[in-house]
Amino acid sequence: MSDFLKNGYLTLDDIRQPEDARFAKGAVAVIECVQKIPCNPCSDACPKGAITMKTSINDTPDIDFSLCNGCGICVANCPGLAIFLIDKNYSETEALVGMPYEFRPLPEAEEAVTLIDRQGQVCGKGVVKKVRNTKAMDRTPIVFIAMDKDLAMTARFFRR
Amino acid sequence: MRINEHPILEFERGKQISFTCDGKSVNAFEGETIAAALHAAGIKTLSHSVKEERPRGFFCAIGKCSSCMMQVNGVPNVKTCMVLAEEGMDVKSQTGWGKLGLADAKRGYERKKIPVIETEIAIVGAGPAGLSAALYASRFGAKCMVFEENTQVGGQLIKQTHMFFGSKDHHAKVRGIDIGQKLIDGLNENVQVLTGTPVVGYYPEKELAVIKDKRLTIVKADKIIVATGASENMLSFPNNDLPGVYGAGAVQTLMNVYGILPGEKMLMIGAGNIGVIVAYQLLQAGVHVEAVLEALPTIGAYQVHASKLRRCEVPILTRHTIKRAFGNGKVEGATIVELDENWQEVPGTERDVEVDTICLSVGLKPTTEIFEMAGCRMVQIPELGGHIPWRGHSMETSVNGVYVAGDASSIEEASSAMLEGRMAGLDAAEQLKGASEELSKEKQHVKESLDELRAGPFGEKIRQGEAKLEEARS
Repeated sequence: MSDFLKNGYLTLDDIRQPEDARFAKGAVAVIECVQKIPCNPCSDACPKGAITMKTSINDTPDIDFSLCNGCGICVANCPGLAIFLIDKNYSETEALVGMPYEFRPLPEAEEAVTLIDRQGQVCGKGVVKKVRNTKAMDRTPIVFIAMDKDLAMTARFFRR
Repeated sequence: MRINEHPILEFERGKQISFTCDGKSVNAFEGETIAAALHAAGIKTLSHSVKEERPRGFFCAIGKCSSCMMQVNGVPNVKTCMVLAEEGMDVKSQTGWGKLGLADAKRGYERKKIPVIETEIAIVGAGPAGLSAALYASRFGAKCMVFEENTQVGGQLIKQTHMFFGSKDHHAKVRGIDIGQKLIDGLNENVQVLTGTPVVGYYPEKELAVIKDKRLTIVKADKIIVATGASENMLSFPNNDLPGVYGAGAVQTLMNVYGILPGEKMLMIGAGNIGVIVAYQLLQAGVHVEAVLEALPTIGAYQVHASKLRRCEVPILTRHTIKRAFGNGKVEGATIVELDENWQEVPGTERDVEVDTICLSVGLKPTTEIFEMAGCRMVQIPELGGHIPWRGHSMETSVNGVYVAGDASSIEEASSAMLEGRMAGLDAAEQLKGASEELSKEKQHVKESLDELRAGPFGEKIRQGEAKLEEARS
């Protein structure tokens, strides 16, 4: 585990990632929640039963990537805004990353943005492709950003 | 400055009104407190201190401290954070103790009989614990009156814009503001909630002194549930009394209840859940957060909350503290410094940050005056917040029929406050209306639900505190 207790952010080593074969099949949820806190809405929300808590709500969520179909329902249901949708198959060179975004105003499609990594550093450029914001998502919209494939597991926020 | 676009909240402002402050006209909206309206108008100095005549602004914004006292329509020492602004009001900043002129004191004085109200359960405080107590006690037929000193119902829930943790039973993923509304909507005709009605005293046997419609009123009850919450801790540093040093709850009140920007550039002290959550809410309101300082070597907040803030480019500096605030009559900046493993300042690491607001999120202290007036046995358990009333498993204190629930019983999450209130309400109803299978099932469920919330590593401190309380029970 990285020093997240000291600096607040996770590194790739902390996060369970799907295998390349699963990434090749399209969008999948990546859960960046490593602490045993009393919380389970992600597992309640998943329509595929892909996210489970081992024995109690104090366990960390466990995701079966083979069951996840990348629907993104868990993203808006996570109180910690800690779930991201990663589609490494978006195009030949680009990935599409869905991020929960509780700020206003919402970006428009085709808006160019500066990408930020987990520790708040600029890591590249991206283009907003769509914003999903339904009533059921209860004010936690998902912003989908196209970016270089290499950034899919690095960029976690953006600056306008 | 008022917030117009917000990702979570819509501000429904009342009719525009105006009043005067030190002779100057101030615009406000109906439903705003005097202190909030003054802040929106850029007036942050509300009074001057007694001895040194230092400028003072507000600190807690929920009536717990007395930093916001001003003279209103000739009456001194009015807590302006709890009194609604009214058209034509005459508000004056106050220096020193405040004087009530003899003519003013005599005017309108008339000897009257003190009114007496009777109810089955009197509940002090309409926050998550008090409302839950009312919700469940009334379901089992008990008549409840809830006394709330603030102008709004819901306690601290009305400013929690984030989604709650826990499971479905704890209202997980629902935003605090909406949980508050759910509780209010669930109340039945057995419950009466009185706002702007502070409880100021306790008399044996089970009588409360309340100020209702500006008059002393006695409330006689069979059971009393005290859910008075907590007040925010101060931190010692030079100039900590400058206007612009606010408690985290006050900052939330301004931005999330009234839609008023607390400042433009903020320094947050304390990286527990409250500090980190409020820092994120500040970003959502459009405030720049310079940094979050934490004197401990590690962040106390949940990793997911801290990570949210870090990817928004806000530094969280562990082993750092505030050395002093500075500014001419208001906060203009702060000197921050690194601490070593012995909590000593590391020489040469001081640096100044330019901020107009300093937000303190350094812990809470249970509000316990009523228990002491009632003669409840008090215990000292640091893990639960310090000086608290002893309580049994059903939240009853050592004084028969007097209960405690929520932060007044132990500093914890709102989710546990709701469960404790529910337990107190159920037990009071059981004692009043008699036991039933349904009721004891409910109580068992609440106990299990509380245990579940506290079962993880983050519940360890509370579990230790509960163990000490268990020792005190035998």
